[in-house]
Amino acid sequence: MKVLMKGNEAFAEAAVRAGCRYFFGYPITPQSEVPHYLAQRLPEVGGVFLQAESEVAAINMVYGAAAAGARVMTSSSGPGISLMQEGISYLAGAELPAVIVNIMRGGPGLGNIAPTQADYFQAVKGGGHGDYRVIVLAPANVAEIFTLMEKAFDLADKYRMPVMVLGDGILGQVMEPVELPPLKEINPPPKPWAATGKIERDDKTRRIINSLYIVPEENEKHLEQQFAKYRQIEESEPLHENFLVEDAQIILVSFGTMARIAKSVVLKVRERGIKAGLIRPITLWPFPRKAFTAANIPVAKKILTVEMSGGQMVEDVRLAVNGRIDVEFFGRTGGMVPESKEVLEKVLALAREVE
Amino acid sequence: MFKRPALLTEKNFHYCPGCHHGIMHRLLAEVLEEFNPEETIGVSSVGCSVFIYDYIDIDWVAAAHGRAPAVATGVKRVKPDRLVFTYQGDGDLAAIGTGEIVHAAARGEKITAIFINNAVYGMTGGQMAPTTLTGQKTTTTPEGRNPAHQGYPVKMVEMLSVLDGVAYAARVALNTPKRILEAKKALRKAFKVQRANLGFSIIEVLSACPTNWGVSPVEALKWVDEKMIAYYPLGEYKTPQEGVE
Repeated sequence: MKVLMKGNEAFAEAAVRAGCRYFFGYPITPQSEVPHYLAQRLPEVGGVFLQAESEVAAINMVYGAAAAGARVMTSSSGPGISLMQEGISYLAGAELPAVIVNIMRGGPGLGNIAPTQADYFQAVKGGGHGDYRVIVLAPANVAEIFTLMEKAFDLADKYRMPVMVLGDGILGQVMEPVELPPLKEINPPPKPWAATGKIERDDKTRRIINSLYIVPEENEKHLEQQFAKYRQIEESEPLHENFLVEDAQIILVSFGTMARIAKSVVLKVRERGIKAGLIRPITLWPFPRKAFTAANIPVAKKILTVEMSGGQMVEDVRLAVNGRIDVEFFGRTGGMVPESKEVLEKVLALAREVE
Repeated sequence: MFKRPALLTEKNFHYCPGCHHGIMHRLLAEVLEEFNPEETIGVSSVGCSVFIYDYIDIDWVAAAHGRAPAVATGVKRVKPDRLVFTYQGDGDLAAIGTGEIVHAAARGEKITAIFINNAVYGMTGGQMAPTTLTGQKTTTTPEGRNPAHQGYPVKMVEMLSVLDGVAYAARVALNTPKRILEAKKALRKAFKVQRANLGFSIIEVLSACPTNWGVSPVEALKWVDEKMIAYYPLGEYKTPQEGVE
């Protein structure tokens, strides 16, 4: 069945279809339709929607629900996510699965409610205190919200860690026709580690959900187990989309809605005989580094990272490329969305350098 | 027969001599045994009692400083038929976690908060707490708390008891055998209120901290009487109209 659906509603409906039954959140623009939708939808499926008194409380309710073994999520936007970072660090420390949707808005500070991608650092480089990672997924359209939200809950449970899904104000607010995927039976993995009361366990052993490792040797051991998990994720889970990269001399790199504009630019410059292509990271952490090996972009001479930020993902692209190819950056900030015309001009300038 | 509660683990308490956490842990273990400890999930917090999960043999979720009522909300909403409680100090509940405790209470969250008030920050080195008494010397009020500069001590159960979501609010102390028995009774009642789904319940426990008060354990018992109870009167501030004796 094809329906017209707003991005924010898709995040909400996709969560329900992924078996999420608990939502705790606090209102902030431009993600408000996520809680609006779930306030109605979750009670219909026997779930709980609760508006918390703050983002700080919301993420800690998520922590409690995850500790009790539930599939649980929250959603917010930049300033709210900043407040949640303490809780996200605790979720990571206590190895609890949860999904956090961030519909990014302009910052820093109060900024504005216009779309940006300026929370990239905050999402992929930690954000909270301590040595931890969260998996970060970046859908580019409403249909992909459905596949990536399901993936987000699965990865959260599989690796027992928080997963962030990054969108921006455009993706949250855009309405697109989408073929609703068929309803599936969701069977989250058993969670014998959860603190649900001894009564649920035959052997009557108890569970303690905790992130406190007061002895340095024990804390390091705990972290090394986490790092091993992160290495496994970096090996198994990176996702990206390649668009016309095989013969491309100029490779654009963009994620989320920005990648849609970049894709249109690639097609436009190809009409002029310029061989351009696009790499769209879908997982921002783990970053799809292998997409940038010499074998995978055999004739690339220039890379242009295009973002709605002052230049954040470009650092990860440079690390992946490791000096082999020039990496340039183009971005707009403050809620300004780069127009395809200005990106096109940048690509044309690069094409002249390549020749 | 007087015996060690089965719910207390073998681990020795780490608390200072004369601290009342030990008494309260024992009361908690005794009272939980009257309910079904297998159906109980405790939410621990940050402060001197940070290791409570080492001592009481039930499921625990350890919360960040101040956030225990929000964490307990998440647990209880997922497992509404479990007995869920928080164990928080005064820094935790009355300073950094004021928002979480007020709103969990206002929502009438079916959880029980055990609030240990010793008028000082213990673990971090005896600094002023919101509950520090006027004139009381701490490491951050070396001349004594001066209301003109640091404001007044916070009376949490009085504040919370006016909220409609609160079904039971009481203040107890542990400085005499009689009061320990009364505290046990109040604790039992708070859990019964939760079991009966009547709303939020809280018991504030006036508790000694000889180390940070700079007095002997015996003098501390007197200090509770003369200083604390004088400002924080004991008693039930709110009780359910029906359903719990």
